[in-house]
Amino acid sequence: MQYKSQAVAKPYFIAAIGLFVGQILFGLIMGLQYVVGDFLFPAIPFNVARMVHTNLLIVWLLFGFMGAAYYMIPEESESELFSPKLALTMFWIFLVAGALTIVGYLTVPYAALAKMTFNDLWPTMGREFLEQPLITKLGIVVVALAFLFNISMTILKGRKTSISLVLLLGLWGLAVFFLFSFYNPSNLVLDKYFWWWTVHLWVEGVWELILGSLLAFVLIKVTGVDREIIEKWLYMIIAMTLITGIIGTGHHYYWIGTPEYWQWFGSVFSALEPIPFFMMTVFAFNMVNRRRREHPNKAATLWALGTGVMAFLGAGVWGFLHTLAPVNFFTHGTQITAAHGHMAFYGAYVMVVLTIISYAMPMLRGRAANSAKAQVMEMWAFWIMTVSIVFITLFLTAAGILQVWLQRVSTTPMGFMATQDQVALFYWLREITGVMFLVGLVVYIASFFVAGETKEAA
Amino acid sequence: MSQAFTKSMARNIFFGGATFFFLLLVALSFDTMQVLPKRDHRENITDAVARGKAVWEKNDCIGCHTLLGEGAYYAPELGNVYKRRGGEFVKAWIKSRPAEGTPGDRRQMPQFNLTDQELDDMVAFLKWTGEINTNNWPPNIEG
Repeated sequence: MQYKSQAVAKPYFIAAIGLFVGQILFGLIMGLQYVVGDFLFPAIPFNVARMVHTNLLIVWLLFGFMGAAYYMIPEESESELFSPKLALTMFWIFLVAGALTIVGYLTVPYAALAKMTFNDLWPTMGREFLEQPLITKLGIVVVALAFLFNISMTILKGRKTSISLVLLLGLWGLAVFFLFSFYNPSNLVLDKYFWWWTVHLWVEGVWELILGSLLAFVLIKVTGVDREIIEKWLYMIIAMTLITGIIGTGHHYYWIGTPEYWQWFGSVFSALEPIPFFMMTVFAFNMVNRRRREHPNKAATLWALGTGVMAFLGAGVWGFLHTLAPVNFFTHGTQITAAHGHMAFYGAYVMVVLTIISYAMPMLRGRAANSAKAQVMEMWAFWIMTVSIVFITLFLTAAGILQVWLQRVSTTPMGFMATQDQVALFYWLREITGVMFLVGLVVYIASFFVAGETKEAA
Repeated sequence: MSQAFTKSMARNIFFGGATFFFLLLVALSFDTMQVLPKRDHRENITDAVARGKAVWEKNDCIGCHTLLGEGAYYAPELGNVYKRRGGEFVKAWIKSRPAEGTPGDRRQMPQFNLTDQELDDMVAFLKWTGEINTNNWPPNIEG
């Protein structure tokens, strides 16, 4: 660690991993409820478990992004953080607000939570992923603004690199597009239309800028390849991301009341969306092959390469699988969507956050890399979690194909619930693989506590 | 990438491309906004429909069901439920969910304790939703 203030990243990373565990536990609850319908009912109905599962994911990734920025920006700017104190204050506010929201989901019925938080005054709740009470949403804005202020001021007073510029653009974009979550008209079509301006323009837009810059930062560090080359790649990748992804929003506008021409725009542009992910894979492998130093942190390099490959498979290939309008007509809103969602989020965002944690955490603990023993364990965790998510995705894809066939393609279509019974085997297999994922996560956390010989950080 | 292709060229492609395509999104959205009234039949959004949407949201229905294919994939699509089942069935169904659930593997729907007014509003909302021009999605009545 070169700058003292980088230390504020540590609590952010620890919180991220803690919430990650919560996310997986609730995922397992939901997975079981798919086949054992009365599991934990009525204490934790499925919709509550799902809110907790998805909201924890979003929040822990945000913790990861913020921790990453607090770690990277002082080093990139060659300057201490503008205000470490503000960063720590915001950490506690965000953590407490997040925890209270989750407690609210779990302890009172959602309608009561809506009432307690005066949702009627300005209704924003009850929409997928944006279930948070208004007060939490406002809290997110306050934390985001304080964070952006802190990061922007640090960059302004120090060295300005392309990596920090791209990261800053991504983070500002994240805050700006979140504002659409406050717009909730009574017209469902308008509601859905602009809901995607938060959801799609986050995960297939500005978040990819953050992803790219985190990956570029770690690759510079572990490979020692010239910054000019890495930053050129970064710009090309994110250029392709936005050139394809912005109009790619259209793949959500096929069946929600919007005009037919979106089927053309959405199909053509989102069919190109795998390109930047493919470039990312080529980029990561290329840089590692051309490395000019042997960094002792092998685990971080593995995560970086894994991010490229899995983001391409999950976001790129599995996205393409159902993005063309004539295909999507049959697959829209089925387990195919769930399959894609799981591998894309893991491959792109979970893995990039674990990449930066893998690189930064040893530094934050005063060493260049963890002991060989700890790294081997971390790499085991990498493989267990990654292979598990691949199989979760494959089982959900199988369930989805069957579901589409029985319910939508067949000449004698079955009802939704009857179809679900037919594919139960695949939900069981998914749940078993989910338990494997949890095992991988436990191994991952255990790897932080493995001692052994380490070198001092340079 | 070759040396002739510099970082600043890459940066210009990024800024130029992002700006152009964002403006294109804004332009297409502007056009969509002009066309939408004919497709969403907003003249039929009565107070009951608006209140029904609020009931839908306050009970987090999207956490289990899909609506026009978006939401969770745990329970049936409801964008066309008015056509599939009719309004009376929808009301009777919501009303009759046992609070403690039914033991067994069948997926459970909570008892939301909706008032008669809320049930009527919900049905009005689902009826209006079913009349949106969705380019003939879903493929059949099963959703």
